[in-house]
Order: sequence, then structure tokens, then C-alpha cells
Amino acid sequence: MNDLTPDRDERVANLKGLGCSRKRVEDARFTQGKGNYIDDISLPGMLHGDFVRSPYAHARVKSINTDAAMALDGVIAVLTAKDLEPLSLHWMPTLAGDKQMVLADGKVLFQGQEVAFVVARDRYIAADAVDLVEVEYEELPVLVDPFEALKSEVVLREDLDGQTEGAHGPRKHHNHIFTWEVGDEAGTNAVIDDADVVAEETMYYHRTHPCPLEPCGCLASMDKVNGKLTLYGTFQAPHVVRTVASLLSGIEEHNIRVVSPDIGGGFGNKVGVYPGYVCSIVASIVTGVPVKWVEDRMENLMTTAFARDYWMKGRISATREGKITGLHCHVTADHGAFDACADPTKFPAGFMNICTGSYDIPIAYLGVDGVYTNKAPGGVSYRCSFRVTEAVYFIERMIEVLAIELNMDAAELRRINFIRKEQFPYQSALGWEYDSGDYHTAWDKALAAVDYEGLRKEQAERVEAFKRGETRTLMGIGLSFFTEIVGAGPVKNCDILGMGMFDSCEIRIHPTGSAIARLGTISQGQGHATTFAQILASEIGIPADSITIEEGDTDTAPYGLGTYGSRSTPVAGAATAMAGRKIRAKAQMIAAYLLEVHDDDVEFDVDRFVVKGAPERFKTMGEIAYAAYNQAIPGVEPGLEAVSYYDPPNMTYPFGAYVCVMDIDVDTGVTDIRRFYALDDCGTRINPMVIEGQIHGGLTEALAVAMGQEIAYDDMGNVKTGTLMDFFLPTAWEVPNYETDHTVTPSPHHPIGAKGVGESPHVGGVPCFSNAVQDAFRPFGLRHTNMPHDHWRIWKTANGLGLHDT
Amino acid sequence: MIPPSFEYHRPTDVAGALAVLAEHGDDARVLAGGHSLIPMMKLRMADVPHLIDLQDVAALKGIDISGDQITIGAMTTQHELIASDALHAAAPIIREAALQIADPQVRYMGTIGGNVANGDPGNDMPGLMQCLDARFTLEGADGTRTVAARSFYEAAYMTDRDDEEILTHISFAAPRGGYAYEKQKRKIGDYATAACAALIERDGDKVAAASVAMTNLSDIPVFSEAAAAALVGSACDDAAVKAAVGAALEDIDPTEDNRGPVEFKMHVAGIIISRAIQRAWSRA
Ligand SMILES: Cc1cc2nc3c(=O)[nH]c(=O)nc-3n(C[C@H](O)[C@H](O)[C@H](O)COP(=O)(O)OP(=O)(O)OC[C@H]3O[C@@H](n4cnc5c(N)ncnc54)[C@H](O)[C@@H]3O)c2cc1C
Repeated sequence: MNDLTPDRDERVANLKGLGCSRKRVEDARFTQGKGNYIDDISLPGMLHGDFVRSPYAHARVKSINTDAAMALDGVIAVLTAKDLEPLSLHWMPTLAGDKQMVLADGKVLFQGQEVAFVVARDRYIAADAVDLVEVEYEELPVLVDPFEALKSEVVLREDLDGQTEGAHGPRKHHNHIFTWEVGDEAGTNAVIDDADVVAEETMYYHRTHPCPLEPCGCLASMDKVNGKLTLYGTFQAPHVVRTVASLLSGIEEHNIRVVSPDIGGGFGNKVGVYPGYVCSIVASIVTGVPVKWVEDRMENLMTTAFARDYWMKGRISATREGKITGLHCHVTADHGAFDACADPTKFPAGFMNICTGSYDIPIAYLGVDGVYTNKAPGGVSYRCSFRVTEAVYFIERMIEVLAIELNMDAAELRRINFIRKEQFPYQSALGWEYDSGDYHTAWDKALAAVDYEGLRKEQAERVEAFKRGETRTLMGIGLSFFTEIVGAGPVKNCDILGMGMFDSCEIRIHPTGSAIARLGTISQGQGHATTFAQILASEIGIPADSITIEEGDTDTAPYGLGTYGSRSTPVAGAATAMAGRKIRAKAQMIAAYLLEVHDDDVEFDVDRFVVKGAPERFKTMGEIAYAAYNQAIPGVEPGLEAVSYYDPPNMTYPFGAYVCVMDIDVDTGVTDIRRFYALDDCGTRINPMVIEGQIHGGLTEALAVAMGQEIAYDDMGNVKTGTLMDFFLPTAWEVPNYETDHTVTPSPHHPIGAKGVGESPHVGGVPCFSNAVQDAFRPFGLRHTNMPHDHWRIWKTANGLGLHDT
Repeated sequence: MIPPSFEYHRPTDVAGALAVLAEHGDDARVLAGGHSLIPMMKLRMADVPHLIDLQDVAALKGIDISGDQITIGAMTTQHELIASDALHAAAPIIREAALQIADPQVRYMGTIGGNVANGDPGNDMPGLMQCLDARFTLEGADGTRTVAARSFYEAAYMTDRDDEEILTHISFAAPRGGYAYEKQKRKIGDYATAACAALIERDGDKVAAASVAMTNLSDIPVFSEAAAAALVGSACDDAAVKAAVGAALEDIDPTEDNRGPVEFKMHVAGIIISRAIQRAWSRA
């Protein structure tokens, strides 16, 4: 007979499983400066690499003279494209099916492009040697505007000259990359042309950058004795890096070990493969010693993957009552010098076709044209699933513009058009199946929480006071309702370079009842070691505190596609739950044997199996684990381990309702965010505290992008915002107080009903901040003005509306 | 962001620092808090083969208030300026302005001497010192001389200081009346889009004396005598403020940068100047 204390509630609490605001286990080391980032790793005899970079955005490279650099004491090698060419490594494939120069091969196509790679005994000598490499350039005409590029005679990619077929179909012009179309264009045009009301708008979603706190870097170590290459680096997808490294280098995949150590933020910036990685590997192979390369902040901002840079032209139609009838969207996408977007292969504009948003729009069309310009390559999803930030910004602006056209309240217009609860699973006009949602409930809750009616009344009074000359401050109410599409993704339509986008988890239960689980993902600050242990705790009845989570070492972790696009919980989290269930199934057999009953006569109860109807007869998971290793059980193999590779049946569709209240000084353009309310529905909530942290972070990055953060170029292709003096990274000072809230609509197809949340606040936040600015000026006739809403652009808007005339 | 190599000197008195300067001439530069100089070195925009760190020169530190005379050692940090209650009592505009410089981390290191000697039009202390009519004391091989802040600045990064001189201290009379330092910036850690220091003394309903100076609106800080003249004798009413702003705008010459074009800066400067004047008057 067993003791029945502690009681059930206490046993549940002890697990710290689903729903527990468990403190992050990672933070002990991060808050004490004990993290282990790429630049903390040092190997004996290690050399240091640094790049000679192009000062020009477009130029022919006439000659490169490395003599003076090589003569400097401590310089080991200077690599140029000529040195990489015999290995066929002077170019490398991109994730988007294009190729990219590793080192300048005859010309440079963007400012900061890698021209030569210096390898030296220490980091200082490497930097000195960079200054000594003499490069002779002949400047070429620069194209920084995609519309110009599509008309220009100037051929940017001479390597592709004459190729009329690209990775995603026909190319219309020598600077054109692809056209991607979804939906029914003729049908959509017919509906819009006939509609009662049509709103049109063109908006530019400016180029920006994920700017993780830690820049990119790697440390390559080729062991010539055993033929093994070890590559440490800031990789959001270490397993994919291993496969790509093997394909490029010809080194067999079992001889390559890729390790992602602690990563200081990624936000999409660390998904791609950069020239620094290739050069470090080559340099280590050539020298036979480890070679480290870590970029600095300016290199990160100017050369590694940017985000956005979409020109979006929309037409939306509705009945006079406000029911939307059709949506047409065309995007001119500036991809820079090489198409290095990180999207699933079949989606050259990511999931931009989620641009019908949260609304029941019967017919729609999306066309995207990708264009080459003299800007850095990239086009990653900065804290959003693939291009979802662009899509949601587009539709949330179109809704506002339509509301103006209809002379209707924008909150009401949204309510009229939301997909209704009973329509889920919902087939969108552009091809997605939304898994679950309850938009009306979320919207009503959000509007009630902020007293929306009261805010509108206050705003109207403010406008009157402004007109009477009693105040120079306007008030904006920003609304946004978003639907994310995360968890790429079903292998049938989602792959990267041919690798299906499943993910994985492998669990080992130790004899004394603790466990280790390894996943194919990699945390960059999301807190996986905390939350995945919680999923497992609830599945297998072992306390989260007794479960180690490990990721990022390809020699030990199961293969997975990595962490980006809010896919870790939807995909690897599902794999974790499924692997846990395999453990539980075996544990059930063991428990039944130990309790001398039939398998079906025991059931799982929190942290144990009990004989049905006899709760005092049970075996705890600890006892079961011990028996699994130490007792001969007929017909059951020893050990307690499981692996699951999870191919999700569908994406998950988190959603949310945000409201921002902002005061704007029309004379100076200075803004003050008075209130920000964020309701998120990410399905089952694993750790509310971690969710809250993710939302605060995502909103702060949304604030940055909407209010000032940009990668701006001048006409010569010079980056104007290459340092943190000009590139806006908000601090605690600029960040408002966030009020968070939630509803819970589980995903019907995910094993635990979870949907992913890391990127939602960014996706929903950007249009919310932007709409607040635009809404403030709506009473004075503004339809649309582009982000970022920094002081001078807001001032310009006010000025253009005549608000400075006295 | 890796500087070229340099020799590091760490003298303990001014004479020692001057000796290194004399020996290496153009190749040597003094280092105060390093928050302007070190970034320039890391960007390889400044090549300094001999760096003379002044942090051990005790004589350059401290705040002295004798009667209405205030003397601040060049190596006094911005944080120390903010933390000094005595200085706040004697010249409250200093704390108000210093709190608008960069962020606490920069202010723990950055010094008043480095800020005024640097010659960057974005630095806030030079305009403030012009408003206070401060005097800078420079020490060189040939002895000591004093220069008025209002005539110290020649062009961006060009000052009246000789390369082989060290700024030892700054002195000014405690200001009377109302004060304000008004600054618009894009974010914490940013230099001014426009900033203005104003001091106003009141006599009954009228402005008895005034001083107005501006930051980052020309390639040097700008003291506007005409703006002050427009205020003196007035009741600091709307018309007077408007006249003063008009006069001040005549004296500036902002340039376009990432903060915005000239048209915007002129407009914002007008707003910032009028707010500074109005706030100073409200405290007068
Ligand atoms: C992120 C950031 C934001 C900033 N924002 C602002 C801001 O908003 N407003 C602002 O005013 N400043 C700002 N600064 C600059 C900061 O205040 C600097 O500390 C200050 O400009 C220089 O002071 P320092 O003591 O650091 O001087 P250093 O950088 O050490 O020296 C600056 C220059 O002055 C010379 N010098 C220094 N001391 C002497 C001396 N005693 N005699 C002769 N020459 C000397 C040096 O040789 C050098 O040329 C910012 C700096 C950073 C890094």
C-alpha cells in the first residue's frame, strides 16, 4: 500500500509543467555573465579572420594587391576570390535558389561586400592588415531603387546575363529575379471594378535589420589528423548548416560537427549562410588550425541579412455597408544584390499570401516581383514568420484606408469582416487553412479593456481643442488585429534547399527518474530549456527541474530545421510531446507489469500510473524508470528512451488584438505612447511568464521598426544608418508600459494545442504603432504616410497637412 | 572597430602630460573619459600613436564653489556634475543639461573637459558654457591662459586650443534668475536635433538680463547676442519671444543629416528656443 500524500494538486505543482510561470533556467548563467557565446570560445592556436570590404555599392574590381598585408608580421594568409575559385567556393548557393559571391569575383554589388579575407595571429593584426590590402576599383552606376532597376540598362548580375529562367520561373528583365502569383487576378479585378467602394493605396515597408545584440560569427576547426571539421557559430539552423557545409566542401556529413553555443538573439539574422563562415572553414582547412571570425556591429548592420524592403500596392473593395468583397496586392520586392531570402523553397515571398489577414475576403490576388539592386542581400523574417509582418502591415493599413473611404470607424469595419468562429477551419482565398480562432471575442475584450468609446470621445475633444488653438498635441488611437501563420511546416509544401521542415526530439529517461531531451531547434533567447522541459513534465510526469534540454550540437541532437518563424513550439514542441507519449506508452507496460495487472488496467495520473479505481496502487515515474533499467521485464526491452520526428499536418495561426494610444506634438514630431494594450491568443499557454517576456520584446522591436529603425541608403548606395547612433534600437527609456492580456483558443491539430507566440507581438505591433500615428492625422485628411515615423517624417506629415500654418 | 596600435601614457600631473605632448606633438593626444575619442580611434578616423590618459591627474578633478565663482576641473565627469548638490544649488542649469547628455553609462566616464575641448558641434556643454559666459583655462609649455567659451570655437573639431595645451579647468559666475536647457533628440544616447540653453534675470515684470545659446545647429555652438537683446527690457511676452527666436534663427546654420533636413531643423529650433526662453522666464 502506498502513501497518498502529497495530494494531486501538489503533485501537479511539483512538476512545473504546462501553465506554470517557471523561472527561466537559462537566466542564472546569462545574468551572471556566464553565458558561452561564440566569441567566448577559444581553441589552442586559433587564428583570426577579418574582411576587406567594398566602400562602393557598385564597382569593378580591377586589382587586389595583398603584398603589403602579407608582409605584416603575424599575417598568415589573405584570401581572395582567386584562391577560392579552384575549390569552387568563390560563389555559394543561397537559401533562395540564387548564388552569392563569397569574395568579390570581378565586381562588387553592395557597400560592405566581402572582397578579401585576412587571416592573422590576433584580431588586431588582422584589422591592421585589412587596411594594407590595396584594391583598385572602377565605379559603376548604382541602382538603389527597384523601379529604376527594372528599367535600367545597367546589368547588376552579369553572371546571370541572358538567363531568362530563374529559380522561381521566368525573369522579365536582367535585374528581375522572379514573379510569384497566388489567387485569381482576373476574378479579383472584376469584383473590385464593379464594387460600391474601392480604396487604393501604395505603401513602402522600409528596409530594416534584425540587429541581434550579438552579431554573427563562427569558429572553424579542421582536424587534419582525423579529418573532422568542427564548426561553432551563431546558427539558427545548425543541422542545415552541416548539410550545406558538407555539400559545398565535399566533406562527408559524418565528419562535420556543427555547434551553436549560446546565441545572443537571432530574429532571422542568423538563419542564412554568410561569406565569413565559408572563409573561416577554408582558412582552417588551408592552415590546419582553428580560425575565428566575428563581425562587428557595423558589419552586421551593413552586410548581413536585412528585413522587409517591400513596395506594396493594394486595392480593396467593399459594399457600402463595409463588407469586404475583394483584395488585390502587388509587391515590388527589393532583394538587394543576391537573392538570399530565407524562405521555404516554394515560397519566394514567404507567406505574404496571408495578406487577407483576419478577414473573410471572398476573392483575392497577390503578385510579387523580386528585383536586384545595389544593396546588401537578405530579406529574412525579422521576428516574424516568413514575410508575415509585411502581410499584416499591408492588410491592417488597407483596412484603415478603407475605413476612411467608407467614413466608418475602423474598429467596426474590422468587426464586420472578421472570420467568424464557426468558419474554422477556414480556407482563405489565397490558399491557407486557418486552424482555429475566435476573433470577435478577442476584439470585444480588447476594446472594452481600453474603453474604446471613451478614447474616441477624448480624441474628438482633442481635435476640437486643437482647432481652437488650445493645444498643439494630437491624439492617435492605433488598432491592429493580426493573424500569424507559424510553424513551418508541413513537409509536403515546406522545405529549405530540399530539406523538409519537420523537427525532432529525442528523450532519455535516466534510471533515477531524471531525463535529458535533445531537440533539432536552437534557442537564441526564447527560453527553450525552460519551456520544453515543461511540455515534457506534463507529458511524462517527471518534474521540469529534473529534465535537461539540450540543443545545437549536431553530433548529439536529432536532425531538425532550427529556430525561426515561431516554429519551435509548433513543430519541435509537438515532437517533444509525441516523444513523451512514446515514453509514457512504454512506462505503462512497465507499470502494469510491476503492479501485476493488465496494461489497460493502469492509467496515467500526473506523475505515476495508477490501477484504475484503486488510486492507492500506483508506481511513480521514478519507480518505473528504475525498473526499466534494472529489472528484467518479459517482452520489454531495457531502457526508457524515445525519438519523434514531427511533420506538422498544418501551420498554426496565433492571433491577437492590439491598441495603442499616442500623443503627438505636431510642432516637433515628438511622440509619446501613453498606452499599449496587447491581447494575444497563442493557444495553450506553456509558460505565461515566458510568453509575457516574448511579447514585451516583440512589441519593443515593433516600436523600433514603426518609429525609426531603418537601413537607409543614399543615391550612391552608401548605408546612412550603419551604427547604433542612427539605427534606432530602443532602450528602457523609449519603451512604454505594456498591458498584456490573452484569450485561449487551442490549435486543434497540435498535440498540446500550442501555437507559437515569439513573433506575434512584432507582427501585430508594427501596424498598431503605425496606425496610431496615422489615426492622429485622419481628422485632418491623412490617408497614409510611410514608416518609420521618426520626428522629421511626422513633422513633414503635419506640415503637408497645413498644421504649421498660422 | 579595432583601433591601430598606440603607446599608452599615464602621467600623474599636468607637467608630465605636457611633457609627453611636447615630445610627440601631433602624434599625441590626451584621453579624458574616452567617449568621443575612443570611438573615433576604433573607427580609425583618429590615429593617435601616443595616448595620454589623464585619469591619474588629481589636480584636474573636482568642483570648487567660492562665493559666486564656480570652478570645475576638466576631468570632472558628467555624473559628478549631476551628483553635486552644491553645484546644483549654485547653477541648477548644469544638472538639467547634463542629465540630457547620452545615458548614465556614458556620463560615468565622459568629462566636462572632454566635452568642451572635443569641438563636436553635437556636444551639449559648449553651448551651455557660452550661455554661462564661462572661461576655459589652458595650460601649455609657455604657461597658462584663459579663453572665453564664446570665442573658443572656430569650426567643427577646431578650437582655439593649441595642440600642445591641456584644458585644466572651467570657471564661471553662478547664474542668477531663471534657467532652462531644452533639447530634442531622437532617443536616449543621441545628440541634439536642436538644443538651447537660456538664462533670464527678472526685474519686476521685465527681463533685466538674458543669455541664449544653441547646440548642434551650426558647425560650432552659437551664442546669440541678438536673441538676448530682443528679450532684455521686454515682459517676455509672445512678441518678445517671437523676436528673440527670430534673432536666434538668424544666427544658426543647421545642416541636413539623418535627423532631418534643414527646413525641419529650423522649425524645431524655433520651437525649442521659444520653450527654453519661456521655461527660463517662468523660473526667473
Ligand atoms: C553613445 C554616446 C552618446 C553621446 N551623447 C552625447 C550627448 O548627447 N551630448 C554630449 O554632449 N555628448 C554626448 N556624448 C559624448 C560624451 O559626452 C563624451 O564623453 C564627451 O564628448 C567627451 O568627453 P570625454 O571625457 O569622454 O573625452 P574624450 O573622448 O576622452 O576626449 C574628447 C576629445 O577632447 C580632448 N580632450 C579631452 N580632455 C581634454 C583636456 N583636458 N584638455 C585638452 N583636450 C582634451 C581629447 O584629446 C579628445 O580629442 C555621447 C557619447 C556616446 C558614446
